[in-house]
Amino acid sequence: MQAFLDIFDIYLLEAVINGILLGGVLALLALGLNLIFGVIDVTWICYAELVMIGMYAMYFMVQYYGVSYFIAAPLTILLVAILGALLHYLVIAPLLTAPPINQLLATGGVLFVLQSFATVAFGIDFLNLGIRLPVLAFGDMHFSYARLLSFLAALVGMVAVYLFMTRTFTGTAIRAISQDRQIMALMGVDTKRIYLITSAIGGGLAGLAACLLVLQYDVHPFVGLSFGPITFLICVLGGLGNFIGGFIAAFVFAEIISLGGLFSDLEWGYVLAFAFFIVMMFIRPAGLLARRR
Amino acid sequence: MMGQGRLVAWGIGLTALVALPFVYRDPYHLHILVLILIWSFAYTSWSMMGRFGLVSLGHGGFMGIGAYVTALLWNHLGLSPWIGIPIGMVAAGALALIVGYPCFRFRITGHYFVLVTLALSGIVLQIITATRDYTGGSLGYTPNRASGNKLLALQFDDKITWYLIALAVWLGGIVVWHLIDRSMSRYALEAISEDEDAAAAAGVDVTAEKLKITLISAVMTALAGAIYCQYQMFITPDTVSGIAVSLQMVFAAIVGGLFVSLGPTVGAVITILLAETLRIGFGTRAVGWDNLVYGVLLVLFIIFLPKGILGSLLDRLKPQRKVPRAHEQKAVQTARPGT
Repeated sequence: MQAFLDIFDIYLLEAVINGILLGGVLALLALGLNLIFGVIDVTWICYAELVMIGMYAMYFMVQYYGVSYFIAAPLTILLVAILGALLHYLVIAPLLTAPPINQLLATGGVLFVLQSFATVAFGIDFLNLGIRLPVLAFGDMHFSYARLLSFLAALVGMVAVYLFMTRTFTGTAIRAISQDRQIMALMGVDTKRIYLITSAIGGGLAGLAACLLVLQYDVHPFVGLSFGPITFLICVLGGLGNFIGGFIAAFVFAEIISLGGLFSDLEWGYVLAFAFFIVMMFIRPAGLLARRR
Repeated sequence: MMGQGRLVAWGIGLTALVALPFVYRDPYHLHILVLILIWSFAYTSWSMMGRFGLVSLGHGGFMGIGAYVTALLWNHLGLSPWIGIPIGMVAAGALALIVGYPCFRFRITGHYFVLVTLALSGIVLQIITATRDYTGGSLGYTPNRASGNKLLALQFDDKITWYLIALAVWLGGIVVWHLIDRSMSRYALEAISEDEDAAAAAGVDVTAEKLKITLISAVMTALAGAIYCQYQMFITPDTVSGIAVSLQMVFAAIVGGLFVSLGPTVGAVITILLAETLRIGFGTRAVGWDNLVYGVLLVLFIIFLPKGILGSLLDRLKPQRKVPRAHEQKAVQTARPGT
């Protein structure tokens, strides 16, 4: 009995820590989505598909053209950032005055486009980077090095965005617009430019997430569906546009998935997370950190 | 209130549709027609909510429940679909109430509502995949072939029977649409979609009205899923459930026009013909192309033609508000070959 408890505790601890590591990347994704929602008031349903395109970019650069991982990563971030800006320029900008639902559905159309573009261009095979990072053994616990790296890189990315938002003029303008989008135009801020920059940053964060996720997961056209919905749930749970709420919610979700996966299949972890989400909608409909009215 | 001309046009149109399989019996074309009718019904069900600004991405979940509950009850308990389908519909309705009530009670609207319903279809998809011991997971599921009475098992081999069933179900959907169109709920819901506070102040029970329409929409979608399952005799989580199906519903309804009763039908005609044409034209190379075209069209439609093909056509055809049904029929006719 005692031996059983020991093993159980080790596994539990391992699952908890793996959950935290998973939470880092989820928090990064949620941050990008929250940023775009907070500033432009649009939900990119196709956000995870941008990540998918980034993962393909990484795959082809590293595997096909033999570019080193650390050179390919910035290029991918840049590429997805440009994609984000393009998405805003081509799809969202013409719809800025349309009902919000139309903007959301238009990005749903982009989801279809990106997914099927990947299917047509790259086929439906599962591709992987072929980089096998070692597994860290810490006592009796095993952690994937890739996850640790992703966690740290995600943290660095988030801190960088935080510094940008608080220390630069553009960042301050972005935060101001998220508070009042009408007045800022009167204060001499070019809202169109700010929207484009925000979209590019949102895209860049997706690109960073792509560089990290490609280390852990195989790429295929539908890979976005495996973490896209969970990202939306995290954002809603944290309160759409609420950065800190999204950050906390990401870790809560990651723990639920990780611990649920410990006791049963990984899918049940997801089911548990979804169920938790719906229960939370009863209790805190406007998000974890919503101000009480 | 229905005008004489309208009634005659509907009568002629329906007679033609009922007579069609007895005159023209190419099995492939009939198959396409059955698919169009079933999906039209599903899209119509979605539009019941969608037209009032309640954009749901959870209908893939309701459809999946309808299909899987019916098939599972038949295979594991031997319950006839005649009982299984109502159970599936009740299950979907219960789920709609469970999710809908907090949403409407706590006034989760707009983005939030879309994302919550998105979670719903995600849950259903994951549960179907996770319970793979019973549902076959992502490999799909086949209802057992009936050994005895075909009628009891709701399994028919000939396409004509299915065509008539699908036609009846589809017609039922259109009738429900018109009933709602003429009811007080329609005005209440339109008021709600314009301004919830104002509607509540004017004495509209916002939560109850929204729940009612959600319930109707979910139950009908579950029926569509069950009929689809019985017709195809093979379902996978991806074809009847999940986010892709939900988005497909939204897309078809918007392309056809979600504010007119035949709009979703036009949407189904266009999307299915498009997919079939691409499939035949390009063969296996077409994998992905249909969705690519869908996606581009969806974006273009939302930007340039938010009322959909039929809605915009009707707007153009009629100078006055009320239009004789004959014009609408003509609009459908002109919209079809242009695909």
